[in-house]
Amino acid sequence: MADRQPASASRKTFAPWSDPSAEPFIVFDNVTKRFGDFVAVNNVSLNVYEREFFSLLGPSGCGKTTLLRMLAGFETPTEGRILLDGQDISTIPPYRRPVNMMFQSYALFPHMSVADNIAFGLKQDKMPKPEIEERVADMLRLVKLEQFAGRKPHQLSGGQRQRVALARSLAKRPKVLLLDEPLGALDKKLREETQFELMDIQENLGLTFMIVTHDQEEAMTVSDRIAVMDHGVFVQVATPAEMYEYPNSRYVADFIGDINIIKGTIKSTANGAVTLETEDAGTLVVHQAMDAIPGTPAYIAIRPEKMQVISGVSQNQIDGEVWDIAYLGDLSIYHVKLPSGAIVKASQTNVTRLIERPITWEDDISLTFAPDAAVVLLD
Amino acid sequence: MNRGPTWFNVASVTAGFAFLYLPIVILVVYSFNESRLVTVWAGFSTKWYVALFQNQGLLDAAWVTVRVAFVSATVATVLGTMAAIVLIRAGRFPGRTLFSGMIYAPLVMPEVITGLSLLLLFVAMNFARGFWTVLIAHITFSMCFVAVVVQSRLVTFDRSVEEAALDLGCPPLKTFFQITLPMILPAVISGWMLAFTLSLDDLVIASFTTGPGATTLPMKIYSQVRLGVTPEINAVCTILIGIVTTGVVAASLITKRQEMERQRAERLAVAEA
Repeated sequence: MADRQPASASRKTFAPWSDPSAEPFIVFDNVTKRFGDFVAVNNVSLNVYEREFFSLLGPSGCGKTTLLRMLAGFETPTEGRILLDGQDISTIPPYRRPVNMMFQSYALFPHMSVADNIAFGLKQDKMPKPEIEERVADMLRLVKLEQFAGRKPHQLSGGQRQRVALARSLAKRPKVLLLDEPLGALDKKLREETQFELMDIQENLGLTFMIVTHDQEEAMTVSDRIAVMDHGVFVQVATPAEMYEYPNSRYVADFIGDINIIKGTIKSTANGAVTLETEDAGTLVVHQAMDAIPGTPAYIAIRPEKMQVISGVSQNQIDGEVWDIAYLGDLSIYHVKLPSGAIVKASQTNVTRLIERPITWEDDISLTFAPDAAVVLLD
Repeated sequence: MNRGPTWFNVASVTAGFAFLYLPIVILVVYSFNESRLVTVWAGFSTKWYVALFQNQGLLDAAWVTVRVAFVSATVATVLGTMAAIVLIRAGRFPGRTLFSGMIYAPLVMPEVITGLSLLLLFVAMNFARGFWTVLIAHITFSMCFVAVVVQSRLVTFDRSVEEAALDLGCPPLKTFFQITLPMILPAVISGWMLAFTLSLDDLVIASFTTGPGATTLPMKIYSQVRLGVTPEINAVCTILIGIVTTGVVAASLITKRQEMERQRAERLAVAEA
């Protein structure tokens, strides 16, 4: 949408998950799905709220698609219940659920025109013909395909097919729209544009979206909350910002964005600060309320952009040698080799033109980070 | 290295095609022979075609054959398509291996054995042999060919298209007729045409299972040839060849035109994007 409005003010305060009185719209209640001996989804519980844009993020085979397909009705849970708007839908067949899905392969009906594809779901509901025509026209306008109504799917480009699939899945005004890797087949630029369009559509129509993706940037861009999955369980369910700043495990820290992980042992915890002894970088302090016995192995996770190239500080100073520089234009990422041989990354915004590099290969430099910029992870 | 065909290429292709098609060409040419003798050319004539349409026996046999072929191909297509769907879609049900083995057995079973066993069955059941027994026999053996053709299409079928229809509120049976069947229709039609052709030219199984009043064209031709080949037989065969050739050429032209149309549309779509 060219005349995009900035995300409305309601978005800023939208956080029903932190309101204990809010009624969840979709509830996964101890859901397990087994295929023979393989456990695809392992005792998962989750609340999703109305008008939420929720992402299931994880590598392939982590169970995210199975979870989505259970909500659509293509798989039945082996154990547990799925509630939609208070009603148990676990045993309702897919063609009677008020849920629609946009498929990864788009799954357009090849023998039908674009308009007939969009009208298909409405015809199943025996909607009167003039209303169907009106709705189809609305949908075509929404995805800007008015002049393609008569085309067959094979007469469209990949991006146009993706729009038809979206229009078709939205035509019935489902309570929940499920999107299975909806942008996976688009090139990077088109994918980024479409992400914002999806957010606008979700916002304007007031729908609940649940999207499956393996692309963490996509999840970060579009979601209100993200669930990171691995081996059939949720590792962390949080907002994009929480997940980026306070990952609860090395798995999440590593999956979302770039991060340095430094191994160490806890020396002391007191007054909201944790002191760790590390082999790679000496003694480091992180501001974090934590209860742990001294000697417990732990990890410090620090984002490269929170590393500063500076010397002469008393705390959290890490000395090393510039090993490699990745110049990305807007910023440079310095790979710094520590005396132990470990590499940490620090990114610096290039605020001046790099005609003469202030820092270059094989320079001895010192890095530091603020004690509240890092997190300590036990797992 | 592009120096055109060598004499060896030309000779081998000529010999190959001659071996395949010369007998048919001779058969067609002699159907227009003036002479009664099959081996002596005595000038052009269409009198054997005229005689053919006055030969009630041959015409009756042709009518029986067409009816058997049409009905058996249709029933075999329905059953074969259902079998293919079960084999591809039903997953691993108990007895699946046995079921698929039994579907494919008639493909490799010698026709004599199929014919004989059906004959014994009909005799044991005291079933009057004739049109219906030939029909049942033809359905039995052509069904498996349809199943093979339809199955090969279903293997590459994107199931999410069906799931999309279910998801949009279309019940399973309606989904089959509105989505699946139109998409696999070319394979189903090929299966039907294959079954039709198989039934049309079957001699062995029909001979075993037929009875009075249900002589098929291949049986009639065979019995007449044993008394001596007449140009009338050549004429019948020429007509059959003509029908089959027209069908095959038309089908391939239609497929080719559709394919070209599709490719052109795809190029256009990509160019516009």
